[in-house]
Amino acid sequence: MTRETLINSALALALLLVPLWAYSADEPFIITLATKVAILALAGVGLNIALGLGGLVSLGHAAFFGIGGYAMGILASHAQSYTAITDWPLLIEGTKSMPVIWLVAVVASGITALLIGALSLRTSGVYFIMITLAFGQMLYYFAISWAAYGGEDGLSIYVRNGFPGLNTLDPIQFFAITFVLLLAALLFAARLANSPFGLALNAARQSPQRVETIGLSPYRLRLVAFVISGMITGLAGALFADLNRFVSPTMFSWQTSGEIMVFIILGGTARLFGPVAGAALFIILEHILGGLSEFWHIYLGVLLLLVVLFAKGGVIGTLAGQDKAHD
Amino acid sequence: MSLILLAEQVLNGLQFGIMLFLMAAGLTLVFGVMGLINLAHGSLFMIGAFAAAAVAGATGSFLLALIAALAAAAAAGALVEVLVIRRLYARDHLDQVLATFALILIFSESTRWLFGSFPLFLNIPETLSGPVTLPGGIQYSLYRLTLIAIGLAVAFGLFLLISRTRLGIRIRAGESDREMIAALGVDISKLYTIVFALGAALAGLAGALVGAIQSVQVGMGEPVLILAFVVIVIGGIGSIKGALVGAILVGLTDTLGKLLLPLFFGLFMDNASATSTGSALASMSIYILMAIVLVMKPSGLYGARA
Repeated sequence: MTRETLINSALALALLLVPLWAYSADEPFIITLATKVAILALAGVGLNIALGLGGLVSLGHAAFFGIGGYAMGILASHAQSYTAITDWPLLIEGTKSMPVIWLVAVVASGITALLIGALSLRTSGVYFIMITLAFGQMLYYFAISWAAYGGEDGLSIYVRNGFPGLNTLDPIQFFAITFVLLLAALLFAARLANSPFGLALNAARQSPQRVETIGLSPYRLRLVAFVISGMITGLAGALFADLNRFVSPTMFSWQTSGEIMVFIILGGTARLFGPVAGAALFIILEHILGGLSEFWHIYLGVLLLLVVLFAKGGVIGTLAGQDKAHD
Repeated sequence: MSLILLAEQVLNGLQFGIMLFLMAAGLTLVFGVMGLINLAHGSLFMIGAFAAAAVAGATGSFLLALIAALAAAAAAGALVEVLVIRRLYARDHLDQVLATFALILIFSESTRWLFGSFPLFLNIPETLSGPVTLPGGIQYSLYRLTLIAIGLAVAFGLFLLISRTRLGIRIRAGESDREMIAALGVDISKLYTIVFALGAALAGLAGALVGAIQSVQVGMGEPVLILAFVVIVIGGIGSIKGALVGAILVGLTDTLGKLLLPLFFGLFMDNASATSTGSALASMSIYILMAIVLVMKPSGLYGARA
């Protein structure tokens, strides 16, 4: 067992034990914070597949986060008002069932990722960063001007969506759902990184020419990675919307994209549990510094600057040593 | 729809495009010379606007406000370059994105801390307020017309600077081979600071000029920054000419899209849904333009490298 595995297990255990302790101590707010960590970490796990493994610096992942959120918002709002989404060419009705919403969120964000990725991946480097950012912003403005679903004000959902056999309004049960999904995504990401696809993707990041000479297309590898990455982030968006029972264009904003990226960097780029450590640190900072000062983003900015300039591996890199750092 | 309205909107689009050019020129210069992607460029735009609003509020002079905007943004740019940006040139783009994202947080929240969350107002100077009548009977705001003139003058000045002066020669040399110009005895780190401060001053100027027709508030820079990115992607990174063409294309597409698309959908839809469909599509029009340019020319209209 390497030191990183040890740290990872400790992190997973802590994320499980803190809400359990909060449950026994009757502190529902702490459970909600832990749920938020799990969901944001899930979004980060998604981005990390593109960013850490594929080297694709996407500054537009809020697009998928928002699409997941709006998938939930649209389906649930039609279900709560008993109106059909469309009755032509076939009748589609809203739903309050989480698994269906997740499926729609994952498929919708996957399709969006395919479109955005197919265009953006024609370029690389700085162009790619700017273009993904611009597409994210495009969806942001679209959501604002889409009056049918709340426009700038967003959509409120009065009751959290249901999951068969569970009471999702109970914080600890909703946490359990998000925690299981996070673990599943982590397991998937770990398997993916060591699969032939993951190895080829990693190679395409380090040396696209060599990958091409052995007959693989870096464009296709990256596109698939980008789609998978968008799907996971979309799922996180649906859960995040369900946590707040509210969706708004803010989910699409460039700040959201930046924050998801910040989780990864604070935790450690290309580390499996980087997003978990980063999201946890972010929420803890928000909670502590936010209580001290209204302007806590200044401290966050300074911390982020210091991590980027001086502590490249993030939390996990600093604790586990530089053996697997991003190059 | 009358022709006069259309002409007025074309001028609005031109004015918007020219202001975008001031932002995009700095970004593309910094990228071309130093290879740096700077997300905090929008913060420099905001600093310019706030400096102008504060000085105009204290002295009542718009000219002093503009000078303050230029000076404050250039000073902030130079300071940030020396303290932070300088360490990022050799890093990968991910580090640059994150460090400059951190700078946005620091700049935005510090400004909120200093000036509060409420928007400030910067008034159009007395002599430039009110409309003028253009040939053809078009009534148009004198201030906006002045913005177009200032922007074009800056573009021309920048063109002269790059093509005719010693600094311009060094900038172009820095773009093509930085080791060589360092070997020839040019103080490259001083050159970088100057280029960065120059880009910052342009952003600050744009902020002050636009601040008089919008409200001056925290977070005003980032939407413009993202549009400037779209401009650069369309025009091609590193090309000032591309930035100018891209900026005017984006300005016209955005303004005319908002006017024409609802009218276009009105031809075969009822009024309410034509307005909503048209405005939703209009808000996406420049990104669609960007996508089209990308499909045709992945490195932009005037870009040399991808």
